[in-house]
Amino acid sequence: MTRTLWDSTVGKKVIMAVSGLVMLLYLVVHMIGNLKIFFGSDEFNGYAHWLRVMGEPFLHHEWALWIVRVVLVAAVVLHAVSAYQLSRRDLRARPITYVHKRPRASYATRTMRYGGIILGLFIVWHILDLTTGTVHSGGFQHGHPYQNVVDTFSTWYGNVIYIVAMLALGLHVQHGFWSVAQTLGAGRASRDRALKTLANVLALVLTVGFISVPVAVMTGVVS
Amino acid sequence: MKLTLRVWRQKNTDAPGAMSTYEVDGISQDMSFLEMLDTLNEELILAGDDPVAFDHDCREGICGACSLVINGDAHGPERTTTCQLHMRSFDDGDTIDIEPWRASAFPVVKDLVVDRSAFDRIIQAGGYISAPTGTAPDAHATPVPKPDADFAFEHAECIGCGACVAACPNGSAMLFTSAKVNHLNVLPQGAPERETRVLDMVEQMDSEGFGGCTLTGECATACPKGIPLPSISAMNKEWLRATRKARR
Ligand code: HEM
Ligand code: SF4
Ligand code: FES
Repeated sequence: MTRTLWDSTVGKKVIMAVSGLVMLLYLVVHMIGNLKIFFGSDEFNGYAHWLRVMGEPFLHHEWALWIVRVVLVAAVVLHAVSAYQLSRRDLRARPITYVHKRPRASYATRTMRYGGIILGLFIVWHILDLTTGTVHSGGFQHGHPYQNVVDTFSTWYGNVIYIVAMLALGLHVQHGFWSVAQTLGAGRASRDRALKTLANVLALVLTVGFISVPVAVMTGVVS
Repeated sequence: MKLTLRVWRQKNTDAPGAMSTYEVDGISQDMSFLEMLDTLNEELILAGDDPVAFDHDCREGICGACSLVINGDAHGPERTTTCQLHMRSFDDGDTIDIEPWRASAFPVVKDLVVDRSAFDRIIQAGGYISAPTGTAPDAHATPVPKPDADFAFEHAECIGCGACVAACPNGSAMLFTSAKVNHLNVLPQGAPERETRVLDMVEQMDSEGFGGCTLTGECATACPKGIPLPSISAMNKEWLRATRKARR
């Protein structure tokens, strides 16, 4: 069955859909967690500390966090490799374009590939910035995420990278969430409207929720 | 009407092709698109030129032979087959671009004619039912619930023209394959091969070099028979069900 999934275009889309859903679920949780920054540095830093002790005493320190990280890396890799292989195949299947051009499909649909690449690059930058501190602008301090976040969004490029990536995320999720339903066989004409509305709401909430943090730092609401 | 036509001309599969420009005059609004091309071809033949090759057969929208991309749209601006498209959809003085279906699984044979035998092989892989031969059974011998009959009928409308592939930016045959799978899989007559049908037809579709589905929806917009986009989701469901059962 694993072979069938990986070898078939339909199966590989299922892998994309499931890995996409895993990332999406994580992003909703992540976005809600980020909003705690509006309640001050103690609450935000305390929340970050809790992420490391969650699951204790059943799990050892940071185990739960590492499980989440491993699952996410697996999801990103499966998603990106499938996207690459399917896209290669799609381009080969239509080598000659029409002389008479006209725009095809919606903007969100057409930008899945570029948007995905932007998101992939962003994920790398984001981890180097706020997890390891490698590319961080200020003096990065482990255990003080509140200050680190404020430092990142005090630079113009920090804001630009982050906001562009979150707009790309909104577009990706808008087409992606609806696509998941189709790929997993839950698409019906009768629920198409509901699915599209849900995808739009999800995309909007995620984008606005994430972007509210840099905007708050820029406007001085969070400092 | 007087029209300027820009038509894809290609001698054979291996020869390079290019757009050629022709002027046609005296076209009536009541002509079908193919009659307009017949007019052009008569002139070309009289002038001693090679007529434009294009596929057609029934000319009444049921056989699926006609296959032209007109101004970038498979089957042109109306939701119908090329043979049922009429010149009243165009204006006097228009320039019309006419190209063949574009997909690597549909190689050009000559000019606007493409080889769609990949579709035949997808059908051979599972688009049939095993039925005893002999006298036809009574129509009511196997009851079919009305919603299932309607669903099967909706999908049986597919005429295998390939406009879905031509319109898809990935050259994907998912709409066609889903129409054929759904048509038979929902019926009791199709039940014995329900799992193998979808697995084999999807496998054949992949091996023919069609692209995957990115759910752009261009196929359903182009389909002259209105096969809807959710049909693809219905086939995905069948495929997942069959994969779980792993009956090959
Ligand atoms: C590593 C970076 C990423 C790349 C390269 C990427 C690329 C793509 C591409 C090309 C597609 C369309 C594939 C197709 O329809 O054949 C897609 C679909 C999708 N992506 Fe991503 N993406 C990335 C990150 C993400 C993230 C962070 C999420 C989390 C929300 C996500 C969620 C989805 C979903 C839900 C789909 C729809 C799957 C389906 O069609 O069933 N992607 N991605
Ligand atoms: S699904 Fe529609 S467009 Fe595709 S082959 Fe069938 S009738 Fe033609
Ligand atoms: S010629 Fe038969 S459908 Fe157009």
